Amino acid sequence: MLQYEFMRQAFIASTFIAITAGLVGVFVVSRNMSFLSHTLSEIGFAGASFGVLVGISPLAGMILFTIVSSIAVGGLSNESSRREASISAMSSLFIGLGILFLSLSSKSSSYATNILFGSIVGISSKEVQQLLALAIFVIIIFIIFYKPLAFDSFDHIGASASGLKTRLLSVIFLVTLALSVSIGAQIVGSLLVFVLLTLPGATAKYLAHSVPKMILVSVGLALSGVWLGLYLAFITNWPVTFFIATYEVIAYFIGLGYKNYKLNH
Amino acid sequence: MIQAQHLSKSFGNQLVFTDLNFQISDGEFVSLIGPNGSGKTTLIKIMMGLEKPTSGNLQMSHHTIGYVPQFRNIDNDYPLSIEQFIRLNNKFTLNPAKRKEQNQKIQTILKKTGLTNLKNRPLGLASGGEKQKAYLAQALLNDPKILILDESTASLDVEVKMQLMDLVAELNQKEHLTVIFITHDYDLTKKYTKRALLFENKSLKQVNVSDVSKNMFKMEG
Ligand SMILES: Nc1ncnc2c1ncn2[C@@H]1O[C@H](COP(=O)(O)OP(=O)(O)OP(=O)(O)O)[C@@H](O)[C@H]1O
Ligand SMILES: [Mg+2]
Repeated sequence: MLQYEFMRQAFIASTFIAITAGLVGVFVVSRNMSFLSHTLSEIGFAGASFGVLVGISPLAGMILFTIVSSIAVGGLSNESSRREASISAMSSLFIGLGILFLSLSSKSSSYATNILFGSIVGISSKEVQQLLALAIFVIIIFIIFYKPLAFDSFDHIGASASGLKTRLLSVIFLVTLALSVSIGAQIVGSLLVFVLLTLPGATAKYLAHSVPKMILVSVGLALSGVWLGLYLAFITNWPVTFFIATYEVIAYFIGLGYKNYKLNH
Repeated sequence: MIQAQHLSKSFGNQLVFTDLNFQISDGEFVSLIGPNGSGKTTLIKIMMGLEKPTSGNLQMSHHTIGYVPQFRNIDNDYPLSIEQFIRLNNKFTLNPAKRKEQNQKIQTILKKTGLTNLKNRPLGLASGGEKQKAYLAQALLNDPKILILDESTASLDVEVKMQLMDLVAELNQKEHLTVIFITHDYDLTKKYTKRALLFENKSLKQVNVSDVSKNMFKMEG
């Protein structure tokens, strides 16, 4: 299937998407931000539709919306219950906005389907280059801030006790999360990008007991998921997102089962 | 040395304490006592630079502080092993010699805190006492000059309490570590510390441990 140009592009793009999502996902899960990443993907949908409406690219619209709102969220109170409530209120608003923007623009409904559910066809090589640049940017940020981010994500109280600037780390993390949502949505769609951003990380939590190993497991699961998904989508013509979601969910429950098995034996 | 002069703290218009004047010398083992809400944790946070005093000043000759906080959110699902949890407090380095040094240090601390055999156990599954030891071990990783224990023994049974305190007392004697021990435990105060700083009526009194009485731990009013 790699003789087709569009499949080659899709493969390269999704490889980098999976690496970033798997990496960022470990921190999403340890920071208890699965819910936030879900909301960010809905905000991303509104951003993409906005991009279509005003004539900038959907990716640019997504990045704009998700980064602005993630910084806004970072400034919200640290009290998680209040944060959750504000976030879920915002999320409903943004879905509505996304639908409005799309209906105002003259694009066909298949365009909306692509944004929401992702698509493996029609990614141009220019778009792939943009995705790669963004993905590499996210990975570099993670390499630079790896130590303090890991401390803060896995032991927030210990990190602030040791004098780390946890507020700043939180903003840095939220920006990379926003970027990951935006790039991930290009393949799996904004509706399901949080699958890639949360499930591999959550599964890794059951299988590994150190941060580097969790990252390995999570990236491995994200990569195998998108590769398998692309392959199956190519031969069946079914949506790639369906296969990725199914694979990650199965992996998650196997991980959970393994953990419970180990607990009882 | 830690020295406070006319130190006051309010949150909004709620006064926590006012005009604290005290001194803690290097290598001392003091307890910080007083009823719930009297400002013990707040004072510690000021020492660590996590809160700013409203007025007055606090001078510290050492700034490497090991802090074992009062609360920690580690649930049953927490994935990191005890050793990996302690390692979070490592400085980042790619230098192989430094990494080796860090590894040895961790093994030494695991041994000191009696966690060597448990180092691969997920922290989420460790008992309360084991968790406290892991918190202590993590705080010790940076060679602090001052160790602050914020009710670190509160939920432990008597025997484990003593183990942990004996360990801290040993570090205090052998390595001249300054220890500030926040507690509601009368017996531990008597047994391990020589001097107590007592919060009373929004102020701080320095008392000899022989003058510490049980009702100093009761609620105000
Ligand atoms: N960030 C904050 N904002 C507003 N008020 C605060 C804040 N932190 C502490 N307080 C208030 O300051 C007072 C002192 O709190 P602190 O936590 O220092 O007490 P404590 O002596 O450590 O009590 P405990 O024995 O229960 O741990 C309390 O009345 C508390 O409600
Ligand atoms: Mg307290």
